Amino acid sequence: MSTITQPAAVPGRFGPYGGCYVPETLMAPLEELVRAYDAAQADPAFRTAFESLLKNFAGRPTPLQHADRLSAHLGGPKIYLKREDLLHTGAHKINNAIGQGLLAVRMGKPRIVAETGAGQHGVASATVAAKLGLECVVYMGTEDMARQALNVSRMRMLGAQVVGVESGSRTLKDAINEAMRDWVTNVRTTHYLLGSVLGAHPYPTMVRDFHSVIGREARQQILAAENRLPTHLFACVGGGSNAIGLFHEFLADRSVKMIGIEAGGRGAQLGEHAARLAAAQGYSGARPGVLQGTYTYVLQTADGQIAPTHSVSAGLDYPAIGPEHAWLADEGRASYSAVSDAQALAAAKLLARLEGIIPALESAHALAGLIERISKFAKDDLIIVNISGRGDKDM
Amino acid sequence: MTTANSTTTRISQRFAELRARGEMGIVAYITAGDPSLDATLRFVLALAEAGADVIELGVPFSDPVADGPTIQRASERALQSGTTLAGVLSLVRRIRQKSQVPLVLFSYFNPILQMGIEKFAAEASAAGADGVLVTDLTPEESAAYRGILTARGLDMIFLAAPTSTDERLKKIAACSSGFLYLISRTGVTGAKDTLAEDLPALVRRVRAVTQLPLAVGFGISLPGHVSVLGGLADAAVVGSALVSEIEKSVSPEAAATALAERMRALKAAGKSGLSRREAQQ
Repeated sequence: MSTITQPAAVPGRFGPYGGCYVPETLMAPLEELVRAYDAAQADPAFRTAFESLLKNFAGRPTPLQHADRLSAHLGGPKIYLKREDLLHTGAHKINNAIGQGLLAVRMGKPRIVAETGAGQHGVASATVAAKLGLECVVYMGTEDMARQALNVSRMRMLGAQVVGVESGSRTLKDAINEAMRDWVTNVRTTHYLLGSVLGAHPYPTMVRDFHSVIGREARQQILAAENRLPTHLFACVGGGSNAIGLFHEFLADRSVKMIGIEAGGRGAQLGEHAARLAAAQGYSGARPGVLQGTYTYVLQTADGQIAPTHSVSAGLDYPAIGPEHAWLADEGRASYSAVSDAQALAAAKLLARLEGIIPALESAHALAGLIERISKFAKDDLIIVNISGRGDKDM
Repeated sequence: MTTANSTTTRISQRFAELRARGEMGIVAYITAGDPSLDATLRFVLALAEAGADVIELGVPFSDPVADGPTIQRASERALQSGTTLAGVLSLVRRIRQKSQVPLVLFSYFNPILQMGIEKFAAEASAAGADGVLVTDLTPEESAAYRGILTARGLDMIFLAAPTSTDERLKKIAACSSGFLYLISRTGVTGAKDTLAEDLPALVRRVRAVTQLPLAVGFGISLPGHVSVLGGLADAAVVGSALVSEIEKSVSPEAAATALAERMRALKAAGKSGLSRREAQQ
């Protein structure tokens, strides 16, 4: 196996990870996107429009809620929940969709394409497209369309065209392939509204930046409520957008430990899980490789074919992890482990009964990760769990 | 970015011969291992016999983002038959025992990365491959790769696209050897009835930055397409149309016959197409 080594200072690189591995047709559009994003970042009018939509359309800031009954039940540390599930459309995905939607308008692209797994990013994209007057096509694996049927109906209600993807495992990875094929064909009129911190540069950086509001709010809120920083952050990690959104603002706070929870699925054998950074727990098959534009940890066979994955949660059912997470793991700044389908389902039920919150199955993984290690925490530990989405879709 | 090796490979020799004869080349793409590596050996020999100037052997990949439905299905069939990159390299070795047709390995990056670029280049070169094209590797990310392939005397073919700026075209040309592969339109691979209207202007933009032979691909399936390109390019790349013949055929024997027939028709169009550019000089 070859490994890629690059200095961390290269734009779009997180240590050796990230980069830009795409067919040539997409290179000029990606360069255009980098320029447009840089210019937007420097433009106060863009920031104002973004923040206004986050506040007045999406409903930010979201609460940081003390989960007092859950904390008492678990008998350990004090637990807070970052309530991204309360956002318009029901998940954190709307933050990034608003940012990229505004960017599409700024670039003069009248059409957006998006992929979706659980359907939350598809719904967020369809919602923003409606609000900004853009045409929207969402690619979704037919396996996911069956298990997240409510979100398919919502996207269609919002005026988006939902295209079922029959290839491969008919899940998120295949939806991304198909969205990339659409983009490469219609690139002059179309922006690809990628929904996680995946893909070629600038997506992992740009999507992180649009979600970093989660951590900025959480940091201020916990300081206001407790007058100290949290000791631990928990978030689920598929591609890893809600996790990096929460973690990013705390990276310089070296005392704050960050834990990403992956989908352990039905077992540790390759094909039964979607855990890319949990080799220490025995989950097999992940090595650095290139998938869909980026160099990162990928679940794959010995000869470099991408492996099938399984998770009860469509949003975590993906063979690669965002490249910045791969770097944070290598550096030891964040740690990653997996919980099973069954643990996630049990955690979702517990949160519903104790706190009156039905979390998305994705977010339930974060909570299950906390529950699994609850005995290791001290009474005065202070925890934030990102409840990245609500669970209506999973009913 | 040396191209010192490019005058010595079978690819460069073939393009020099084509130019001398005023003939358009035909580059044939098929997916290796579809439906088996034994069948691919037979197909390659039939295509070479029928006049294919360069053969691209597609290394199947589970997630071919640059490919349309025809080659996606071929990749699935090849993977189902157990095809690996190592298997494709052993096929190259078998082809070389019987034919000197120029061979290009056409792959996505991950299988090469997992084998190890060094090992891949050493084995590809030893097996008798002449060049490598990696669909999702651009000049920017390829410094290490280029160094390794150059040392092994392998041509490196990079893609140029309708969206490539002149600045990018220069960069791509400077990194390429053997020939430059120009994508005729935005999109994925697959046969189309007509060529893109802006193709002549695109070819002129590429001609302005390189002396390398130019092969135009994506959407080319018919002798008529080849005739149109005859005034513009050094070669036409035909892929999905050939892969379709394999898919439609009832047996490898029938497929080999159908491939040879198609190739003869394409090659006849290529032979009658004098390069307008050469004629003007």
